[in-house]
Amino acid sequence: MSVAVRVIPCLDVADGRVVKGVNFQGLRDAGDPVELARRYDEQGADEVTFLDVSASAEARETTMEVVSRTAEQIFVPLTVGGGVRSVADVDRLLKAGADKVGINTAAIARPELLSEVAERFGNQVIVLSVDARRCTGETRTPSGYEVTTHGGRRGTGIDAVEWAVRGADLGAGEILLNSMDADGTTDGFDLTMLRDVRHQVRVPLIASGGAGKVEDFTEAARAGADAVLAASVFHFGTLTVAEVKAHMRAAGIAVR
Amino acid sequence: MSRVAVLDYGSGNVRSAVRALERVGADVELTADPDAVAAADGLVVPGVGAFAAVMEQLRGVGGDRMIERRLAGGRPVLGICVGLQVMFTAGTEHGVTTPGLDQWPGEVVRLEADVVPHMGWSTVAPPEGTVLFRGVEDQRFYFVHSYAVQTDPAEALRSDAPMREPLITWAEHGARFVAAVENGPLAATQFHPEKSGDAGAQLLRNWVASLG
Repeated sequence: MSVAVRVIPCLDVADGRVVKGVNFQGLRDAGDPVELARRYDEQGADEVTFLDVSASAEARETTMEVVSRTAEQIFVPLTVGGGVRSVADVDRLLKAGADKVGINTAAIARPELLSEVAERFGNQVIVLSVDARRCTGETRTPSGYEVTTHGGRRGTGIDAVEWAVRGADLGAGEILLNSMDADGTTDGFDLTMLRDVRHQVRVPLIASGGAGKVEDFTEAARAGADAVLAASVFHFGTLTVAEVKAHMRAAGIAVR
Repeated sequence: MSRVAVLDYGSGNVRSAVRALERVGADVELTADPDAVAAADGLVVPGVGAFAAVMEQLRGVGGDRMIERRLAGGRPVLGICVGLQVMFTAGTEHGVTTPGLDQWPGEVVRLEADVVPHMGWSTVAPPEGTVLFRGVEDQRFYFVHSYAVQTDPAEALRSDAPMREPLITWAEHGARFVAAVENGPLAATQFHPEKSGDAGAQLLRNWVASLG
């Protein structure tokens, strides 16, 4: 009766369009996030995540509209992250139809934001997104991993494992652990980092970054991930959600 | 077509409940108007967030009285998530105990498990005679919660005969907890049927069909 490991496709959205490469077979308009989200829902996605990468405030308004249209069409949870800076931002996204909100940079700058959001809406709405990489050069942290910002281009010197623990203490209901080293490589998730965080954190843990083949997802689940997130392998049709789940199921991992 | 009122008392993301009910063919109104709530064939009480906050918001719109009046008249009510929890005697979060609507005996307490919140798709064990889970007995449903009822409300009610005994559906996360209750006109689920894909839609369809 254990809880199933969730498989979560993630879509980068800007100005109401999916911006990262999408080459979904049999789809007339691969750039429409609403249609893609619906496809993933049909494939058996357990959740869908939107990452709003819009640069301007006007573009963010468009995202609200996309979130609301998507929430009308899918009947699994929808998480929206990217540029969330305040309780008011969270409120707007939840009102637009998001079930959970991803918080990243704003919490590094001001950790109390997590407590403020948790107090108002409950910790189940907060996914703390941690972009982590192996320490290089002069930087040293206890775990050997540091938190980065700006898409992994800027180090913070903050220990990634300690930050995940602190984030959960402050009110995050879930940790999205994104390996900036593995991201885009399709060489598999960073299992060492995943295990390190799993040992320290008692809230659900989502593995992200590096998925390339079905075995990668199974290994992440075995390393303790409660959910596995991927973007390009799904968008390009390399793998379907159903294929990933079939492999996990055959390996004895509970899936929906 | 069955008319369903979704109680609008400020709880987060109630629109997803509205849409899921529309999807299964109900005529849905999001409202806190006592006449509309009384007139509907079914009332849905959603709930997201903290027990104490939900109780305060519910009382703020007079929702507690609306629910009681409907139940007194044997008119169907469906609670979802914290909407299930508030039907019990009390809830304790962060050391503070808040009285609930006390329709069922039992206290909502924190889940003890390796990973909390319990977030994701879990199987459930519906009892013989279930109406809500007809056709989806073996499916997984989407849960998001850190608190639950772990005692058996049917056990506690047995001494109060003659009372229509509730049907309890159990699930497990760390320990077993109440995933759903079906008890005459009052039913409730700890999980979110509106976020549980096709299985959740079937459950809502079963409930709407039972409204007559």
